[in-house]
Amino acid sequence: MIQALTIPVLVLGTTGFLLAAVVVALDAIVASRIPSDDLVSAVDDLLPQTQCAQCGYPGCRPYANAVVNGESTALCVPGGEETHQALTKLLDRPEDNATLAEPLELTARIQEEECVGCGLCLDACPVDAIIGAPQFLHTILESHCTGCELCVSPCPVSCIELVEPS
Amino acid sequence: MTDLFVLFVGAALVSNFVLVQLLGLCPFMGTSNRMETAVPMGIATICVITISTVVSNALNQFVLVPLDLEFLRIITFIVVIAAVVQLVERYVRFASPLLHQLLGLYLPLITSNCAVLGVALSVADLPLANALAVGVGAGVGFCLVLVLFAGLRVNLNHSSVPQAFQGAPIALITVGLIALAFAGFRGIF
Repeated sequence: MIQALTIPVLVLGTTGFLLAAVVVALDAIVASRIPSDDLVSAVDDLLPQTQCAQCGYPGCRPYANAVVNGESTALCVPGGEETHQALTKLLDRPEDNATLAEPLELTARIQEEECVGCGLCLDACPVDAIIGAPQFLHTILESHCTGCELCVSPCPVSCIELVEPS
Repeated sequence: MTDLFVLFVGAALVSNFVLVQLLGLCPFMGTSNRMETAVPMGIATICVITISTVVSNALNQFVLVPLDLEFLRIITFIVVIAAVVQLVERYVRFASPLLHQLLGLYLPLITSNCAVLGVALSVADLPLANALAVGVGAGVGFCLVLVLFAGLRVNLNHSSVPQAFQGAPIALITVGLIALAFAGFRGIF
């Protein structure tokens, strides 16, 4: 009776333990290869979180990761000079004289006669600059638009274009 | 070699785990809303099904059968699947935090995808190479169907559907039609 119980328990316990050990070991290896999460989070907190990808990275957190690994701190377009200063101060880097990334002098505009009111651009906008309800015409608040282009590709009828702000 | 290819095609198309055996419908419906989630989810599922099928097949052949413990199959396989999912989840978090955020809960939920356990159980008694072929085939089949359906579903959003059928009903009807189309693959062997 006892033996009939011990063997299954031992087999299952060993399997579980070994697999858990593999996961933990891999976790430790991965943790030693990525920079400490705290520093990345601190850098990430200073970024504007618009996820505009104008720095060339897919979002703010990937850019924070790259900055910790030695990428220039001057690439954040929406953040501008202020973010640049804050980042160099946090990371204690010498003020690099790299030219600050220029903000795009463009804002998005919806060509109103073509908009079908699908609402896909509403979800894409990181700064909530697009107003409108599903099945109705949308429009973009020029004062809030950062020109990040994230609304351009989701539009099924390609009615969003980037223009000089009026 | 031909045997393995036949097993692969059989698992991917002829007895597709989603459309013919109706396993794993929850992640299938849940992550097919958008192409951006469907493709990585399909790839993650291929990895999980392949690795967990091979590991649990080896475990069954070399540990459970010799010790006469085949009644422990389901619970051991689930432990294996959970561990593999944890590995894949960590890899995705390491490789692409954005993707990790996008998939959210669905990534750890691969553990409870019954297609994964279904494949592992159905090939437990086959030789290792055959199990690998079926595992890869089942994963590829899942990914293929998921991506196909996501493509259709994106178009469904823009078509005018009668009010009563909007959302889940028309999606399920579409799955049924794809399943009918997949029934045609039965004739290829």
